[in-house]
Amino acid sequence: MRDAPGTTTRDYDWWLLAILAAICTLGVIEIYSATHGSSLVGMHLKQLRWLGIGFVVMFIVSRIDYHLILDQAPILYLIGVAALIAVLLVGHTRFGAKRWIPVLGEFLQVSELVKLIIIVGLARFFAEVNTEQLSLRDLIKAGLLVGLPLVLILKQPDLGTALVLVPLLVVGAFLAGLQWQHAAVFSLAGVLLVGAVFYPPVSRHILKPYQRDRITSFLHPEEDAKGSGYQLLQSKIAVGSGGFWGKGFGNGTQNQLGYIPVRYSDFIMSAWAEEQGFKGVLFALGLYMALLLRLVQNAQRAKDRAGMFLVMGVAAALGFHVLVNVAMVIGAMPVTGIPLPLMSYGGSATLFVFLAIGLVMNVRLRRFVN
Amino acid sequence: MSYWFRNDQRLPQARLAVASYIIVGMVGVLLLGFWKLQVIDSDKYAQWAERNRVRSIPIIAPRGRMLDRDGRVLVDNRPSFSVLLLRDDPALVEKNLPTIADGLNIPIEDLREQLVNTRALPKFQPIVIKPEASDADVAYIESHRADIPVLEMLSVSRRRYLPGAFMSHATGYVGEVSEQQIEASNGKLRPGDFGGKTGLERQYNDILMGTDGMRRVIVNSVGKEVDRLPSQEAIPGKQIQLTIDYDLQTVAEQSLGEREGAVVALDPRSGEVLAMVSHPAPDPNDFAVRVSKEEWQRLNEDEHKPLLNRAIQGQLAPGSVFKIVMATAMYESHAVPENMTIFCPGYGTFYGRQFKCWVYWSQKPAHGVVDIHRAVNQSCDIFFYTLGMRMGIDMISKYASGMGLGHKTGIDLPAEEAGLMPSEEWVERAFHRRWYPGETVSVAIGQGAVTSTPLQLARLIGGIASGGKFMQPHMLKDAQNVSEQTFPLKDSTVEKITDDMYGAINQGGTGASLKLQGIEFSGKSGTAQVIGYGTRDRIGKEKKFLDNAWFVGYAPRRDPEIVVSVLVQESGKHGGEAAGPVVRDIIKAYYDKKAKKTQGQYTAENKKYDIGDGAAPAASIQAPVIKPEAASGSADRPAAAEHQR
Repeated sequence: MRDAPGTTTRDYDWWLLAILAAICTLGVIEIYSATHGSSLVGMHLKQLRWLGIGFVVMFIVSRIDYHLILDQAPILYLIGVAALIAVLLVGHTRFGAKRWIPVLGEFLQVSELVKLIIIVGLARFFAEVNTEQLSLRDLIKAGLLVGLPLVLILKQPDLGTALVLVPLLVVGAFLAGLQWQHAAVFSLAGVLLVGAVFYPPVSRHILKPYQRDRITSFLHPEEDAKGSGYQLLQSKIAVGSGGFWGKGFGNGTQNQLGYIPVRYSDFIMSAWAEEQGFKGVLFALGLYMALLLRLVQNAQRAKDRAGMFLVMGVAAALGFHVLVNVAMVIGAMPVTGIPLPLMSYGGSATLFVFLAIGLVMNVRLRRFVN
Repeated sequence: MSYWFRNDQRLPQARLAVASYIIVGMVGVLLLGFWKLQVIDSDKYAQWAERNRVRSIPIIAPRGRMLDRDGRVLVDNRPSFSVLLLRDDPALVEKNLPTIADGLNIPIEDLREQLVNTRALPKFQPIVIKPEASDADVAYIESHRADIPVLEMLSVSRRRYLPGAFMSHATGYVGEVSEQQIEASNGKLRPGDFGGKTGLERQYNDILMGTDGMRRVIVNSVGKEVDRLPSQEAIPGKQIQLTIDYDLQTVAEQSLGEREGAVVALDPRSGEVLAMVSHPAPDPNDFAVRVSKEEWQRLNEDEHKPLLNRAIQGQLAPGSVFKIVMATAMYESHAVPENMTIFCPGYGTFYGRQFKCWVYWSQKPAHGVVDIHRAVNQSCDIFFYTLGMRMGIDMISKYASGMGLGHKTGIDLPAEEAGLMPSEEWVERAFHRRWYPGETVSVAIGQGAVTSTPLQLARLIGGIASGGKFMQPHMLKDAQNVSEQTFPLKDSTVEKITDDMYGAINQGGTGASLKLQGIEFSGKSGTAQVIGYGTRDRIGKEKKFLDNAWFVGYAPRRDPEIVVSVLVQESGKHGGEAAGPVVRDIIKAYYDKKAKKTQGQYTAENKKYDIGDGAAPAASIQAPVIKPEAASGSADRPAAAEHQR
């Protein structure tokens, strides 16, 4: 293998790769346990294939100097927005939402790709601003940059993915020198918005019926015996009944009898918690924490601000995914349809994570290059 | 590097450190959440997980009944049991499989196959392994409840039709819904559901079918019921009231007997179908559970076509009944002088080919000099050959098509056929050739390419006798939007054509033997020499397919209350002889019932079954037994509808 100019193979973040591989292994094990007795048998093999593709993609992305990628940020942004519009016009509808376009015989979720493009776009924007303190003007510019694709994703409708764009902006702005007055004003606005979502007289006007149902069933799970409240309740029962030691691999009744909804994907942590107990959760969340801290460390050691923003964008996206998904599994957040990175089954989501980690590797490889 | 890059190495290290703390804090909070669920409240959730062994056993909604016009039950349901296999514990299922196979007489391979086929369903949903449990099966399951906990009985209601395939083509039958039906149902139907497959069962499936409910019980880890959850009640299907008159239907079934053919009785004033019979008919009770592949194949390949509803799907040459269209066209159009006479020597030459009159084959004396009235009365073919030749196919087609031939009547039954009314335009479109004038000669006596269904002929004759008012035939009593088609006919035309049809029975015509005392029974016989199915060319020359006997009769002479169209296939007899008595039996029964009603003698015995009383068994119907008085063939006809069980 020939190294890219100025980089060596040794410079890859082998610790990061090890953590990554460990999390993926937990995922494949639990996907197998959740599906081996059902019509979905063999799904873990499909996931392995996606992981294989992911590692290759990550390697390729790490070889292209991230400065070249950032050079193309405006064009990438336009492509991303165009793709979102295309999805709305000609996209493939599955599970009631237009999110998929066919690529190479598989259906890819365009919004997964758009997340990456926003990470790149924001990194470029904040690197270009380059001031100690972020002015209100630049903050609003950044907000508009994120706002356009966010609205397009909301139109699909895909509330979960749209929400992921928010922490990208927040983390980016924070690191770019967000002033506390602005932070206070926007936090207040955010609190009001969240309040509005949970306050029925207002939410009636801004949310789709199924989204309102999810909020309602989150607040009052017992009133909704078969809907998403039921899903949350079943997930909590699975987690709680697992106890400290867990019921053992393949022995989770909630999992094996099919009470946990999409137990191989969005609710995989629920299945894991039932079968492996609190000790298993401790191990899994420990791995995720290690992964995120390792990302921050890479950001701290980046050669320049552009690289730092890139890495922290990835960390923000992954961290938000983990937070929202795991909080949902323990019934602390409504069902949003956000998968758990690297453990949940899914092609587009897995590819996104590996592409993102590829960017991180990219930054790391070039930390000593001048 | 590009213009935008400032190679700035000052990183916000303090803020990055804050990010690290936030990550640690976030994971810590999540872990606290897990600690609460998995350690503090663990016992509670463990109990709930145990409670979660909920068995959901479906409650099958009964289908709505079908009643006749007087409220008597034609189709209802009978209780039955299906055997369910509960699959929540695969190991337990596997252990008991050989015992179950043995006890219920199901091959163990079949059981395994069913288990494999249903892997996609959640495991807490049971599957049906035997749709119709015998008494022995029920006893077996009851006595082995303790040692085989994975079996459960599901109470279902099966469709019960009147015996002897009574009215079975009109009612249709139910069966497991097909994939197309599931797709078209917008999620209302699931695999394994029963739905209407043909006839009224299919047409009004949405009304008849209810919504299944669900009984939910909590079982402990060895499958014993410990508690009940609120059940979801089944919503029964709605019943429908038909226009069918059970008494007339009974007479029609008995009078046609075992002969192949069809009967349709209509009230031309409203379009209501009073009776509809097609023989041979399969017994839909045989399909009420599950029809075997072999039986299904046998029915499909049977050359007598028992699955064909001849009343609406049998497309045959109308024969001499078509002469009524010809005569109407002649009276109405004046294309040919009304006083035209011809001489019938029993045969004639048209376009260089010799055509015979029916008297030639019957070795009867020739008709001699014939005008239009005598031509209808005696059904003289030579007259109508001449008339057809002089009117031309387009004028014939205009009248026939205008009065409904070649078009579906729009009856509320699936898969109605349209028949065919040929025209110059049709041969050009279908065969890319010119119309041969010689073909007009055949069409003029209802032969050649022209075909129609018994229902179309009933509508046709009823409509003409009603002065050109054609009501859409229908079977639902309170049908909305019954369409009415008018084909303007002059009063003089209607008067003449109805007098001709009256004469055919009452003034020494071809139906003279059918005369009914005190009733203005009118009609027209027909004897078609070929069958109208696509196989005509192959088997048409065989002797047993020589004749299709038709008779379309109605009463009274003008503005009739009832019109009856009867087809008797392969009878070898003239229409007046074979089909006429069936029509007469029905018309007589209609008037007998009407007379009793006005004298107060007739009461609809079964009106005590109020709407909504699902328990009323069809078997308790007390049908008046009507002995067909027709001399021809009644002796060798076994009673087709033996309703008194």
